[in-house]
Amino acid sequence: MRNAQAVPLREIPLLPAEEFCTEVLEAVLHEARLSALFCAPAGGELRLFAILAEDRLGVLHAISAPAGHAYPSLTPDCPQAHLFEREIFETWGVTPLGHPWLKPVRFPRKDPDGAPHAGPEIGLTHFMQAQGESTHEVAVGPVHAGIIEPGHFRFLCHGEDVLHLEISLGYQHRGVERALVQTGSGGPRFVQLAQTLAGDTTVGHTIAACQNLEALSGCRVPAGAQMLRAIGLEMERLANHAGDLGALAMDMGYLPTSSFLGRIRGDFLNMTAKLCGSRFGRGLVTPGGTGCDLDKKRAGEVLAHLREVFPQAMESVELLWSTPSVISRLERTGAVSRVDALALGLVGVAARACDVEIDVRQDYPTGAYAYAHVPVATAQTGDVSARTFVRHMELLHAEKFLVEHLTHLPDAAGPSGGFSAPVRALAPESLAVSLVEGWRGEICHVALTDENGRFAAYKVVDPSFHNWAGLAMALRNQQISDFPICNKSFNLSYCGHDL
Amino acid sequence: MSAAVDMNMLGGALLRMAAGLTLCPLLFGVINRVKALFAGRRGQPLLQTYYDLAKLLRKGAVYSGATSWAFGLGPAAGLACCLCALALAPLGGQPGLFSFEGDLFLFAGLYSLGRFLTATAALDTGSSFEGMGASREMQFAVPAELALILGFVALAQATGDYSLAGILGRLDLARWQACGPVLALTAAALFLVLLAETCRIPVDDPNTHLELTMVHEVMVLDHSGPDLAFIVYGQALKMWTLGAVLAGLVIPARGGEASSMLLGAVWGVAGIFGLAVVIGIVESSMARLRLLLVPRLLVGATALSGLALILLLR
Repeated sequence: MRNAQAVPLREIPLLPAEEFCTEVLEAVLHEARLSALFCAPAGGELRLFAILAEDRLGVLHAISAPAGHAYPSLTPDCPQAHLFEREIFETWGVTPLGHPWLKPVRFPRKDPDGAPHAGPEIGLTHFMQAQGESTHEVAVGPVHAGIIEPGHFRFLCHGEDVLHLEISLGYQHRGVERALVQTGSGGPRFVQLAQTLAGDTTVGHTIAACQNLEALSGCRVPAGAQMLRAIGLEMERLANHAGDLGALAMDMGYLPTSSFLGRIRGDFLNMTAKLCGSRFGRGLVTPGGTGCDLDKKRAGEVLAHLREVFPQAMESVELLWSTPSVISRLERTGAVSRVDALALGLVGVAARACDVEIDVRQDYPTGAYAYAHVPVATAQTGDVSARTFVRHMELLHAEKFLVEHLTHLPDAAGPSGGFSAPVRALAPESLAVSLVEGWRGEICHVALTDENGRFAAYKVVDPSFHNWAGLAMALRNQQISDFPICNKSFNLSYCGHDL
Repeated sequence: MSAAVDMNMLGGALLRMAAGLTLCPLLFGVINRVKALFAGRRGQPLLQTYYDLAKLLRKGAVYSGATSWAFGLGPAAGLACCLCALALAPLGGQPGLFSFEGDLFLFAGLYSLGRFLTATAALDTGSSFEGMGASREMQFAVPAELALILGFVALAQATGDYSLAGILGRLDLARWQACGPVLALTAAALFLVLLAETCRIPVDDPNTHLELTMVHEVMVLDHSGPDLAFIVYGQALKMWTLGAVLAGLVIPARGGEASSMLLGAVWGVAGIFGLAVVIGIVESSMARLRLLLVPRLLVGATALSGLALILLLR
């Protein structure tokens, strides 16, 4: 199947559990990635679903197996499955047999409608331990010294060196996926929830959610709306990448870049507000199109603002590369090897910094990206400097895209005009997968409908879910004092993980 | 007659000390202003540190049940060490309150004692963060102390005097012409020591909120109220005192008479504030060093002092 396409459930192969596992392992061995792995009720039973992404071909595969009570774990041969399997175990009580580190992920709240599994107490888990002279543990969080979300980091250290970092999240108990299913078949509440999946990726997540609705209902989004969605998505990328680079400079104690990019991020957010009335892109994307239109005049204003601010942003980013003390701080800090990145299934900026050339905009283009090529920015070293470089390049590419498309807007009054098309009832007993390249990386939404065309399950995979393991890996054999800049170079979402 | 001169000297020294006591928190204000200027911000008020100190002194202190007397002793004794060092430090070529042969070792030793007490208080909390901070501070102290003492020895060798006041009192333009390279090397080493002792970038970042990267800040995380005020004020005093020594070295203004005494003091104070501006510029124009590289920087400072000494002994 293709990205943002619906298929009837009966067309999805239903294999015995062993065969399912072999199939997944085979695929992962042959350059496929595990985009999602989850349990969902389908056809009167609980089934295991795997969404495999073949990036080279731009093809997605969905396979399933009856879940039963247990199945042979994928993790020993396919590390990227580890968090998915822990999640399945925790939510549905389906045991992946032979999982090396089976502990809770999100500590879900007890379900009023009969939870099959009562999880352990919040935060109570086992952590890896090490013993010996001058080994010690440093525990950071879940309450932090800044206005950030809760998360617990357990460092196993030998003096100043980190032997291992274990990241324990799940303090927010959001229950968003369940709430999304409870909306029935879309509607305003559904869009509202999709917008808040991760507040800094509003546009990305909302596009992913709307693409699913559109795929399931066979709705065609007008060209103007597709363009406006892409503009919103790139604007989000600009604002967040600029903010991240600024925050990275702050953590290094490099003042000029930090203060200038902090301000410029606000400018980018204001441009988004000019488009749709919200600095974070709320209300921009709606099922079937966009919540606002874009005329030549407003596009011109945004373009003028962009042309004024963007060179300033570039100037302050380039300051990073011309300051020796900054470069010495960035290089060889927090490196992740390409092999590890592939094994962990990293996505987005983190993967591209390890020379893994994946980008949903290129591999699975939808909407405006089907007609506009955005170059994939990669770097080789996989360290903080590589992640900084990839962000820098993506800023340049995003600006180029925006300038081009704000200048040449499709004629809204044309035959395919308008900014919204009606969304009809969802196809019954179907599955749709929608991928979007958010600024952090691949956002994957999977929707399943029951025989009445209502949601049977809705699975959201934020890029952070894949990438937190990458951060843990980056810290191996590093200095514990390098954690903040490693963390900032990934800048992962807590709420996107805690769904 | 000589009693009157002594009274005059004593009065002058007391005045200079009072200037240090009152003006030192302003140094942080100046640094912040310079940094704000570079960042295109307006910056906090120049007198912010005074407001902060007043606020902290009005507050009560919180003591963890896990701590002992060592925790309470740290801030007060640390401040006492800084006050004693101030009393030894000359300003603008004029001696401090006390001066005797070999006081430069006491001067360096007072800071070591203060550091030891702060680190003990940090270890007393039993927190892994503070333990880490104490370990880092002690690690950096080894090369920093060596650089400071070697620098002083080089200065003593260059001037033939063994008291701080004597050394800085004998420096003048002629001396700079005679052994300029030695003095310049020592000044550079002392500047690096000053950055390390006062926890500035590139050694430490006084503004960071990231516990894992902190050195000095993390050691004092558990102190609050008046104790924290003592620590902040002690830091300011330390910057003033070391600044006075460095300014005395770089700006060899001196005078025997009352009018030139005043001129010397003005030059000294101007030098200290000029130094604050330089620190602000350094903080605005470079990133903090990787923690692993800090000892190398300080060993570099030691090498500079050592080189100065070797140049003299050859």
